Amino acid sequence: MNIKHTFYWCKKNLFSNWYNSIISIFCIYLIIITIPPFVDWVFLSATFEGKLKTDCKTSGACWVFVRVWFEKFMYGFYPVENIWRINLSFLILILTIGTSFFVREKFKLYILFFLIFIFPIIAYILIRGSFGMEIVESREWGGLALTFILAIFGILVSFPLGVLLALGRRSELPVFKYFSICFIEFWRGIPLITVLFAAAVMFPLLLPADFFVDKTLRIAIGIAIFESAYIAEVVRGGLQSLPKGQYDAARSLGMGYWKMNFFIILPQAIKTVIPGIANTFIALLKDTPLIVLVGMAEILGMINLAKANPYWLGMAVEGYVFAAAIFWVASFFLSSYSQKLEKKFSTEKK
Amino acid sequence: MNKQKVIELLKVNKWYDDFHVLKDIDLSVYQGEKIIVCGPSGSGKSTLIRCINRLEEHQEGLVKVHDHVLDHKTKNIEKIRGDVGMVFQQFNLFPHLSIIDNCTLSPSWVRKMAKKDAEELAMQYLTKVKIADQALKFPGQLSGGQQQRAAIARALCMEPKIMLFDEPTSALDPEMIKEVLDVMTDLAKAGMTMIVVSHEMAFAKEVADRVIFMDEGRIVEEKPTQEFFSNPENERTKLFLSQIL
Repeated sequence: MNIKHTFYWCKKNLFSNWYNSIISIFCIYLIIITIPPFVDWVFLSATFEGKLKTDCKTSGACWVFVRVWFEKFMYGFYPVENIWRINLSFLILILTIGTSFFVREKFKLYILFFLIFIFPIIAYILIRGSFGMEIVESREWGGLALTFILAIFGILVSFPLGVLLALGRRSELPVFKYFSICFIEFWRGIPLITVLFAAAVMFPLLLPADFFVDKTLRIAIGIAIFESAYIAEVVRGGLQSLPKGQYDAARSLGMGYWKMNFFIILPQAIKTVIPGIANTFIALLKDTPLIVLVGMAEILGMINLAKANPYWLGMAVEGYVFAAAIFWVASFFLSSYSQKLEKKFSTEKK
Repeated sequence: MNKQKVIELLKVNKWYDDFHVLKDIDLSVYQGEKIIVCGPSGSGKSTLIRCINRLEEHQEGLVKVHDHVLDHKTKNIEKIRGDVGMVFQQFNLFPHLSIIDNCTLSPSWVRKMAKKDAEELAMQYLTKVKIADQALKFPGQLSGGQQQRAAIARALCMEPKIMLFDEPTSALDPEMIKEVLDVMTDLAKAGMTMIVVSHEMAFAKEVADRVIFMDEGRIVEEKPTQEFFSNPENERTKLFLSQIL
C-alpha cells in the first residue's frame, strides 16, 4: 500500500512529463555524487580523537584540529582563567531572550529596555573587566565571542537608531528629514569594508593625538551605524504601508507625536517588516567576519592563524567547514526566531 | 436659546495646492446642537470637519473651538483634540490592540487615568454601544457595524464635549447602518454636540437641529432641519434632495 503510494507520489511530482523527469534524474544524480562522500568525509572516515595532526590517519576530516584549537576559535586570545566572564555574559543574554517567550506582554517591554540599555553595560563590564576583575583589553578579544559581541552590539544599537532615522526621514521638520536622508544615503552608499578601514585606520589619524577611542569600539560603532541605515529603510517601508487613517485616529484621540508613534504606528509598522529586519540582522551577522581584513582575530581570523601554524598545515577545509556550520546555526536561529515572532503577531490580526 | 457658542468658523479658506477646497466658510455651533452636513462628494464636507480638530490646517480665516483659536501658533493642540471626538468612515480602529485596549489607550496615556478607572470607563461606553461582550476581541474579528460602534466608544472614552462624524455609515452594509445610527441617536438625545457628515436623511430629520448643504467648497444652504427639507431655496440643494430622497 505504502509503496504504491510512494510510486504514485513520485510519478505525480517528479516524473510528470519528460523535462521534469530529466530535471529529477539530474538532481538525484547530484545528490548521489555529493552527499555520501560529504557524510563520509565529515563523519564516517573522520578522526575525532587525538592531540596532533599525525593522529589523523584516515581519509576523512581531521576534527582533531578543531578540537585542539577549539578554545582559541571560541575566545581568541582572551585569558583562559577569565573565559567564564564571556560565558556569563552570553548566558545572561540567552536567558533574557528565553524568558521573553514566557512572560506577559507588559514585561516584554521591560525586557526590550533591558536588552537595549542595560545589558550592553553589564556585558561590557564583565568582558572588559572592572570592579576588581582583571582588565582584558579589547585587542585580546577574539574568536567567535568577538564575532557575536560585534553582531549583538550591532543589532542592539542599529535597531533603535534605524527606527529613529526612519521616523526622521518621514518627519515634517526639514532639519530632521534632510539630516536623515543624507545620513541614510551616505552610509548606504559606501561598502562595509570601507567603513571598517576608515574606523580602524583613518579615524585615529583625524583625531588629536591624546584622544583615543578603542579600536574594537570604533569598529563596533562603524558596523552599527552602517546597519542602522539599512534598518531605517526597512522600517520606513513598514511605516509607508500603514493607512493614513491610523495617524488620523491617533491624533484625533489627543496623542502627540511620540505617543502616536510609540503606541500606534511603530508596533504595526515593525510587525509588518519583521522578515526584512531579520534579513538585515542575518546579513549583519555574516558581514561581521569582514573585520578579519582590518586585523581583528574573530573566528575566521583565528582559523586563518591556526591553519598557518607549522604543525597544522593543510587544515583549511576543516576550519572553514566548522566556521560554516557555526554561521549556519546562528543564521538559522535568527531566521526561525523571526518566523516565530511573525506567527505570534499574526494571530492578533485574525 | 441662550446657549454657549462652542465652535466658530469665520471666513475659513483652504487650498490643496491650487485646488480651492473651502471657500469663505462661516459656521457657528452652539452647545448641544446637532448639525448634519451633506452635499455631493468632493464638496469639502470632510475637510470642513477635519479643520475643527486641526487634522487639516486651514490657510485663511478663523477656527475657534471652546475659545481656543486653532492656528499654527496653537499650543496644546493635543489637549484640544482630546475634547473633540472623531469617528471616521473607515473606523480606523487600531488593529494590533484589543477593543478594550483601543478604548483605554488614550485615557490612560494622554489623560493619565489609572488603568482600572480607564477600563471601567471603557466598559461603561462599550455597554452603551452594546458591544461589551466583544471587549477582548481584536478589531479584525468584528463586523463593520460592531467596529464602528467600538470606534464611537473609543472616542467617547476621552469624554469629549463635541463629536465629529465623518460619513460614519458610508462603509457599512445596509443592515449594519441602523445599529450605528441607533447609537448615534442615543448620543444625540443625551445632549452631545454633534457635527455629522452624512447622507442618511432619515437620521437627519430625526435628530438634526440644522442641516448644511455644501457644494464646491461653499456652504450654499444652511437651515433648520424642517425648513431645509420642506423649503430648500438653492437650485443645487433642490437637485441634490430630489436625487437622494
